[in-house]
Amino acid sequence: MSKKSSSIESYMAKRFEKIREDRLLPPRVLEELETKLRQIESLTKSEFDKICDHVIDSYERSLVEPGEAVGTVAAQSIGEPGTQMTLRTFHYAGVAELSVTQGLPRLIEIVDARNIPSTPTMKVHLVPEIAGDREKAREVARNIEMVLVESVASNISIDLLRQAIDIRLDPELMDDKGLTPEDISVAIEAKIKNKGEVEVDGNTIFVYPLNDTLTELQRFSEKIREVMVKGIQDVSHVVIRKEGDEYVLYTEGSNLQDALEVEGINHHRVYTNNLSEIFQVLGIEATRNAIIKEAMNVLDEQGMDVDIRHIILVADMMTVEGEIHQIGRHGISGSKNSALARAAFEVTINHLLGAGIAGTVDPLKGITENVIIGQLIPLGTGAIDLLMTP
Amino acid sequence: MLSGLSIKKIDAVEFGLLSPDDIRKMSVAQIVVADTYDEDGYPISSGIMDPRLGVIDPGQRCRTCGNRVGNCPGHFGHIELARPVMHEGYAKVIHKVLRATCRQCNRLLLSEDEIDEFEQLFKRYPEMGERTAVLSKEILKRAAKAKSCPHCGAEQLKLKLEKPTSIYEVGESGSVRLTPIDIRERLENISDREYRLMGINPDAARLEWAILTVLPVPPVTVRPSITLESGVRSEDDLSHKLIDIIRINQRLRENLDAGAPALIVEDLWELLQYHVTTYFDNGVSGIPPARHRSGRALRTLAQRLKGKEGRFRSNLSGKRVDFSARTVISPDPNLSMNEVGVPEQIAKILTIPQRVTEWNMEEMKALVIRGPERHPGANYLIRTDGRRVDLRFVKDRTIIAETIEPGFIVERHLSDGDIVLFNRQPSLHRMSIMAHEVRVMPYRTFRLSLYVCPPYNADFDGDEMNLHVPQSEEARAEARVLMRVQEQILSPRYGGPIIGALQDYISAAFLLTRKSSLYTLDRVNQLMAVTKYAGKLPEPAILSPVQLWTGKQIFSMFIPEGINISFKAKICRNCPVCTKEDCEYDAYVVIRDGNLEYGVVDEKAFGAGEPDSLFHRIIKEKGPTAARVFMDSVGRLLVRLITDRGFSFGLDDVTLPKAASDRIKVILEEANKKVDQLIEAYQRGELDPNPGQTLLETLEQRIMAVLAKARDSAGEVAGEHLGLENSAVIMAQTGARGSRLNLSQMAAVVGQQAVRGERIKRGYKGRTLPHFHKGDLGARARGFVTSSYKSGLDPIEYWFHAAGGREGLVDTAVRTSTSGYMQRRLMTALQDLKVETDGTVRTASGRVVQFKFGDDGVDPSKSDHGRAVNIDIAIEKVLGKGRI
Repeated sequence: MSKKSSSIESYMAKRFEKIREDRLLPPRVLEELETKLRQIESLTKSEFDKICDHVIDSYERSLVEPGEAVGTVAAQSIGEPGTQMTLRTFHYAGVAELSVTQGLPRLIEIVDARNIPSTPTMKVHLVPEIAGDREKAREVARNIEMVLVESVASNISIDLLRQAIDIRLDPELMDDKGLTPEDISVAIEAKIKNKGEVEVDGNTIFVYPLNDTLTELQRFSEKIREVMVKGIQDVSHVVIRKEGDEYVLYTEGSNLQDALEVEGINHHRVYTNNLSEIFQVLGIEATRNAIIKEAMNVLDEQGMDVDIRHIILVADMMTVEGEIHQIGRHGISGSKNSALARAAFEVTINHLLGAGIAGTVDPLKGITENVIIGQLIPLGTGAIDLLMTP
Repeated sequence: MLSGLSIKKIDAVEFGLLSPDDIRKMSVAQIVVADTYDEDGYPISSGIMDPRLGVIDPGQRCRTCGNRVGNCPGHFGHIELARPVMHEGYAKVIHKVLRATCRQCNRLLLSEDEIDEFEQLFKRYPEMGERTAVLSKEILKRAAKAKSCPHCGAEQLKLKLEKPTSIYEVGESGSVRLTPIDIRERLENISDREYRLMGINPDAARLEWAILTVLPVPPVTVRPSITLESGVRSEDDLSHKLIDIIRINQRLRENLDAGAPALIVEDLWELLQYHVTTYFDNGVSGIPPARHRSGRALRTLAQRLKGKEGRFRSNLSGKRVDFSARTVISPDPNLSMNEVGVPEQIAKILTIPQRVTEWNMEEMKALVIRGPERHPGANYLIRTDGRRVDLRFVKDRTIIAETIEPGFIVERHLSDGDIVLFNRQPSLHRMSIMAHEVRVMPYRTFRLSLYVCPPYNADFDGDEMNLHVPQSEEARAEARVLMRVQEQILSPRYGGPIIGALQDYISAAFLLTRKSSLYTLDRVNQLMAVTKYAGKLPEPAILSPVQLWTGKQIFSMFIPEGINISFKAKICRNCPVCTKEDCEYDAYVVIRDGNLEYGVVDEKAFGAGEPDSLFHRIIKEKGPTAARVFMDSVGRLLVRLITDRGFSFGLDDVTLPKAASDRIKVILEEANKKVDQLIEAYQRGELDPNPGQTLLETLEQRIMAVLAKARDSAGEVAGEHLGLENSAVIMAQTGARGSRLNLSQMAAVVGQQAVRGERIKRGYKGRTLPHFHKGDLGARARGFVTSSYKSGLDPIEYWFHAAGGREGLVDTAVRTSTSGYMQRRLMTALQDLKVETDGTVRTASGRVVQFKFGDDGVDPSKSDHGRAVNIDIAIEKVLGKGRI
């Protein structure tokens, strides 16, 4: 019995290997097939072969046909549910304090490839050693959250008698952020360099500018308010949440580059919803994946059932050139080869005038151009020429 | 109609500018008179409506080509401008080029070496797949930086572009305006080679041609004048503008000839420039738009092309068609999903050209004899010599019918079985246009099956739809094979059926298939008769005292053999432990070999847009025809069933017993008390804020939570009393229509009205309405509606409800426009992509975007809800149900 079963085992392994080598099935389907078939007891060789043939046959039947207008179908599949999505911008991502743009506005943001999303946010996992430790998580959170002088001061005023800026620190806030007055004075000194002097007196800090005219004092006090004492730029708020048995940090504001350098975070598990940051730090392939993930997220959140292949196509189209291209006038549609197609989309006159002076030749390969001149479009049944001599 | 073997195709379109010589060469008349018609109404020769420019009046012949209206394309004329003027659209380019060239020797302000280097790059860029336009931009930028000419050493002055058309040379002693003559002279001297480097193709256009010396006058066919009822002629906007140009041009010429002072000449020249500029584009910033006498801004060349109503989007990308019809739609449950009911009046106007052959000769003769007035007839007869006979004016059609011979074409009426395209706007996806088979019917509306409502997103509150009749055999074949409704059941969006049962079909299916439904032989026979079922009846489930069949048995007769599936029905209550087949609500559906053994049929089984359902399995395994037959016959059965049984919903269904409404009252009062307590705590400052929120935000959130909970528990109370036999409950549970929330709003309490996700807070200073105290934060003062729809809202509640409702309306209006624009952008960006024969996805220019579509090459509409292959089913097919 055992001998027999081992012979079918090796037979199966051989066939699976062959399928893999000849790429008869996509990896995910093959994997599913393998695990499912291995679970079946007393499978005979002929049954096994029949199942494999059947699966391969079904796969081949489900392939796209040449000439299929996949782009149009993708655009429709993403655009059509757009009419049913909410316009309500905000959604509280589990935590009451953090709101994230959702629905149609977010989807538009993604295809627009905006540089800064309207609600940038990061999700930061911690290194496994400290992931379960609330105190350590808090400490990392403190190192990420951007703290400005004004956010720990109870009052910042101009002391005309002393010709100085008077900063009263709030001891409670200071404690909460894990700061001492010295930390702050150091940060201020570093910022103003040697254009003034800093004096610490308990929970009060005086800053004496060298140039002590009143206007200068006012200018200085504005500057000092904005001095960053701790944390990383643009991250205005950090929330700690327990997920399973590890603590995860959610941030308001995003700065992937700097976040990766913070100690205690898991570099492999830092995520931001800012696509252009992902592009700058991690490159185009990561951006493509992020576009797919973000867009799928939005659609799932809204309960829209859209096949991932459509989103993949959009993401690939946006990233083929090696950098993010927007869906629209300043991106893909604006860089089309055909002047007629560009003119038919937006800014008609400029495209026509430009084509005139550059002596552009429109190769009439696209859809819009052929519709304009009244020819069969090169898609679907129009993609093939069939001639017959009766 | 099919042309022979040679197919003529436009291969490319070249763009360029017309040189002054080109303009003169193609001109048939020089226009010098700034007038249109003389007193007798004849066009003035050399005037703006010169007869040589084409014909617009019926009956006349063109002086140039001899054709009549419709055949004469029109011919260009020209105006010789007394002084050159700049083309407004090219002012920017001209400015850039002037900055990059020497003011003395007119050479590019780059050293020979640099020029050579760039020229090398210019050759290499296209090979690298880069655009030379980028390079030209760089050249222009770099050359503009030069202080002096590397060729002749002349010092360069700053050039300032004053929009729209003036260029000033800023010297130390002040700025001097360059006249178009100066500019043209400079541009003329630039060599072809250097033009090329600057991104101007001298083969197609030399930039000096953008300084106009001759102005083409478009043919009258482009700017037809219209005669009003009063006999007054009204000229096109373009003609008005041309008259202005000619008038000023003539004045300028006279003044020049007379040697008028420079100042006057300058002014006239400037005015000519203004008129020419607005003639091209009347929306240029910096100058006032030219206006009609009535004060309306003129619609000149740019306006004709631009925007949604412009030539491109409205006439070139979208075209009007013949052989189409539009009318109101109404439902007909007796039609197959593949069919469309067409009013006879429409069928008599829309025609299909049918070639007469030996085999259909008699049929065609009969149609011709019946003529255009009686329905299955014909409107036209086209003879072999191409002559078209209008059957309306034939006195004796029997005579003409005798002349018919093979090769004639009969344009016969649309009749049963013809394939047509049916469309409802907005056409958001491909299922918005599907092919249907015609059923000619009386009355004046298009009739359609209810199954196709979801893909068209249609209802019958006055919706209209369009119908198109394909005219060629090729088009009809494509429509039938690719576009027929049954071929579109599976949506490419998610790989599941988008067509399916809805509303009453679902209620009826539930009523039919629940355990208590038993039918006598008579009833079964009646029901089966409407479906035209031809098979045998199964053994009755109950044999005595009378033979009774279960609803499940009846339903099973339509499920094709070999279908196996099990799933949770919509009525499933998501119990913590699922007992599957033993479910006490009969909510676990099991179908074995086409037999419904357990569970009820509801939305999950065959609803529209419900993937992984029974209907989905049928179409995947038995194909679209079987799926259509299943749906059509089940539909007829269910409609008959529910009409016989009756299914209604009224005020009684939402009336609660006194005990229940008292309990709801108590719940609401308690909630109100709790809200007051929260407010008090807030005012005393005893409320502790949620992290990251202000005190007020915390309060609001807690109040909302309390009120939402109150509404839910009130709804539950109502639910307990409404019972499972209540029509509304059945509809909500089976997914036919409505939700539990709708129900509790009708029976128990409407609940909180919200604007922007918050309780209503705007209105008067510190309060929402003058009926409240300032600063009142209570439930009622902020839009909580304690009445139910049944009991009716009081005026204050009504007001808040209207406020919440208005937001919904505004939201929908805004959403349609933003999402429409997004879809248009996605469409233009992606429409050129197609799958090539090697399986790659490429753009129009051949750039590979994906090596395999979606990374696995699977067509989502052929996938099984996204999965490439449904392996479980494949295994089951080979091994049978028992072994997994």
